Amino acid sequence: MSELSLSGTLHSLAQRDLMIAFRRRADVLTTVFFFVIVASLFPLGVGPEAALLRSMAAGVLWVAALLASTLALHRLFAADHADGTLEQMLLAPQPLSLLVLAKIAAHWLTTGLPLVLVAPLIGLQFGLNTAEFPVLLAALLLGTPTLSLIGAIGAALTLGLRGSGLIALLVLPLYVPVLVFGAGAIEASAAGLGAAAHLSVLGALLLFTLVFAPWATAAALRIAVE
Amino acid sequence: MNWFKYSSPQTFYPLAGRLVPLFYVTAAMLAAAGIYIGFFVAPTDAQQGEAYRIIFIHVPAAWMSMFIYVVMAMWAGIGLAFNTRLSSMMASALAPTGALMTFIALWTGALWGKPMWGTWWVWDARLTSELILLFLYIGFMSLQASIDDPRRADKAGAVIALVGVINVPIIYFSVKWWNTLHQGASVSLTRSPSMATTMLTGMLIMVFAFWFYSIAAALMRVRCIILERERNSDWVKQMNGPRT
Amino acid sequence: MNWGSVGEFLAMGGYAGYVWWSYGMAAACIALEIAALIARGRQARRESENTAGG
Repeated sequence: MSELSLSGTLHSLAQRDLMIAFRRRADVLTTVFFFVIVASLFPLGVGPEAALLRSMAAGVLWVAALLASTLALHRLFAADHADGTLEQMLLAPQPLSLLVLAKIAAHWLTTGLPLVLVAPLIGLQFGLNTAEFPVLLAALLLGTPTLSLIGAIGAALTLGLRGSGLIALLVLPLYVPVLVFGAGAIEASAAGLGAAAHLSVLGALLLFTLVFAPWATAAALRIAVE
Repeated sequence: MNWFKYSSPQTFYPLAGRLVPLFYVTAAMLAAAGIYIGFFVAPTDAQQGEAYRIIFIHVPAAWMSMFIYVVMAMWAGIGLAFNTRLSSMMASALAPTGALMTFIALWTGALWGKPMWGTWWVWDARLTSELILLFLYIGFMSLQASIDDPRRADKAGAVIALVGVINVPIIYFSVKWWNTLHQGASVSLTRSPSMATTMLTGMLIMVFAFWFYSIAAALMRVRCIILERERNSDWVKQMNGPRT
Repeated sequence: MNWGSVGEFLAMGGYAGYVWWSYGMAAACIALEIAALIARGRQARRESENTAGG
């Protein structure tokens, strides 16, 4: 068997995850439907008054996105753990953090990105001004990868553990900064103040998480498997 | 004196046993002094009346909740880096006390907020961050509780504690930003006019009282953890003596 | 001295409920924690003795 280059390995790892996700399309769609359902519950809870819903739109969108992301996290490592691939990854010569990063990237493509694509529809449901959509998309594009990265740490720590709420309990408090600045970006833009500052912070959070999360996830995986 | 000899559960257990009563007694004396000053020496506040006296509990509890989290993360990190069991046990021992401090801070914060600002809960930056800190403590304790293997629980807890401690400043600043955006500068539990010296003194003494209490409780708990985890070891068997 | 009488002290200028429920809850939490630790210590000692006896 020929030695794959590092980028080749990462590429094939991500591709494999994407293929598996494609075969299990239902899982991907479940995340999106959960997002839509959660968002739809809020008007049922607070009433259909348009002004109220518009003021809530950014917050509801983000909370629903957070919850939907949390729901999908256990899928990140569970299948590989079950069939032994994860142990192979731990033994591989390539740095584990990079392998983890490839998996997270594939995971985001199947969970975060669909949320980004569906979010404008939810926005319309809540009467969000279409002028805010670019900011909405930018914020989600910057924020959802951060959610996947942070979530990966939780997924690795809880590998093989029973109890479904634990991963959410661990990860949701850590999501708060992304929530605050993500929703804040949309509201600032809607108020005419401009979302540049918020989006910059979201970008900074993404970079920071990009550097540290794969490393922490790799450490957590070793702890969970060994 | 070689302090490292106390880094094993076996040697630390009796040391902690001797320290626990000392710390409790000191804590009690400090609390007595602090409460005396708080109620009988410190004057009535011009704006808040007698309700401000809650700060003699609220502020020490809040400070301890944050301090304990950092110390807990430190011990967990040491346990992870150097593979020392006792350090990890200490981290696990600190968590419930820290969570309790956070709860007391939140409860007294609410009871202070109601007469001052009319609502039982104020979404200001400090209280909201305190609430998230409680979630972080609960996450740490839940994670450790759901892992059967003690060493995996130690290490996994260390990772989440360290991730948490790095995130606490980020969370705090994002909540602060969020708060100023939404509420303006209207209410803040931290904005207190310059306090009378007696009030500050009482508060500081109470901080030390809570600190010594937290140490006593954590040492007592770590002794329990040591016994629970080391019960099959020789030194525990010898300590208990042969059963007749 | 701040208080003219015990009654005044207990009334806390009308804020009695807030002040005493704060101090009371803190005291209760501490008492509970210590009691739980004592119980846990006893349980741990008992179980360690049982294991030792085999």
